[in-house]
Amino acid sequence: MIGLSHFLTLSAILFGCGVATILTKRNAIGILMGVELVLNAANVNLVAFNRFSWAGASVAEGAAPAVDGLMFAMFIIVLAAAEAAIALAIFLNFYNHFTTIDIERARMLRG
Amino acid sequence: MQTLDPVAPWLFYLFAGAAVAGALGVVFSQQIVRMAVFLLFTLGGVAFLYFFLEAEFLAAIQLIVYVGGTLILIIFGVMLTSKNPFVRLTVPVPQRLLGWGVGLALTLMMCFIGVWQIAGELDASHDSQGLIVGVGAEHYGVADLGRNLLGKYALPLEMAGVLLLVVMIGAAYIAKGRHADITEGEGQS
Repeated sequence: MIGLSHFLTLSAILFGCGVATILTKRNAIGILMGVELVLNAANVNLVAFNRFSWAGASVAEGAAPAVDGLMFAMFIIVLAAAEAAIALAIFLNFYNHFTTIDIERARMLRG
Repeated sequence: MQTLDPVAPWLFYLFAGAAVAGALGVVFSQQIVRMAVFLLFTLGGVAFLYFFLEAEFLAAIQLIVYVGGTLILIIFGVMLTSKNPFVRLTVPVPQRLLGWGVGLALTLMMCFIGVWQIAGELDASHDSQGLIVGVGAEHYGVADLGRNLLGKYALPLEMAGVLLLVVMIGAAYIAKGRHADITEGEGQS
């Protein structure tokens, strides 16, 4: 029996892995992958809640099926793609300056 | 309790296991190319889980945009920013342990909140009306998504379009870097 709690557990594991990736990588692109993991965990939560609680409640009241969770997930995917494009452009510029992708070198703003 | 009855449990555990294994691989791998491949497993597994949740369109979007677009972009980034793609950039062991501990603590906390609090209450309150997958009016299709995009979510859709335009211009401008200025200066001198 696969229920909502299974999807919530999977989402929590993905989120934790994403945060751990962000905290433990020195490669800037690795950090970007961690951000993608976190966003994916949020998407799993939204779609699972839409399927298990929200859509069922609206159908029981005779209304059209609610797809708000799917809408949010779609906009998150769009934002994630945009964020990845901008981040990679910044990393390319960073690499042109420092000839490395190591974020430990990005300390020019340190006081 | 609402469940996904027609979906075989082992199928869910197969794809969820692939996603979790990929995520753990991203955390513990130190080579950026292997991390990209593990991320492919995670994104693909999550896309198949969307099929179980009756979000077929979202699964297709996930495969096209994430696996086909973002991951290719990341791999291009790896190729463009590394003389040696298998170079190792490792953090000190204490910081690594701290990061893993924070991730584990967040996972356990969210598991507790999600599973024991939220899911339990939802299952208790919707006890009488179970959903039958793929049968009846609750099976929303792509048409419902389209109606919502052009009705209730028209303004966010337009804003997303403008955002993508700005991102496209900005990414091209930022990634151009200083090379154009240098060649211009050389041309004038």
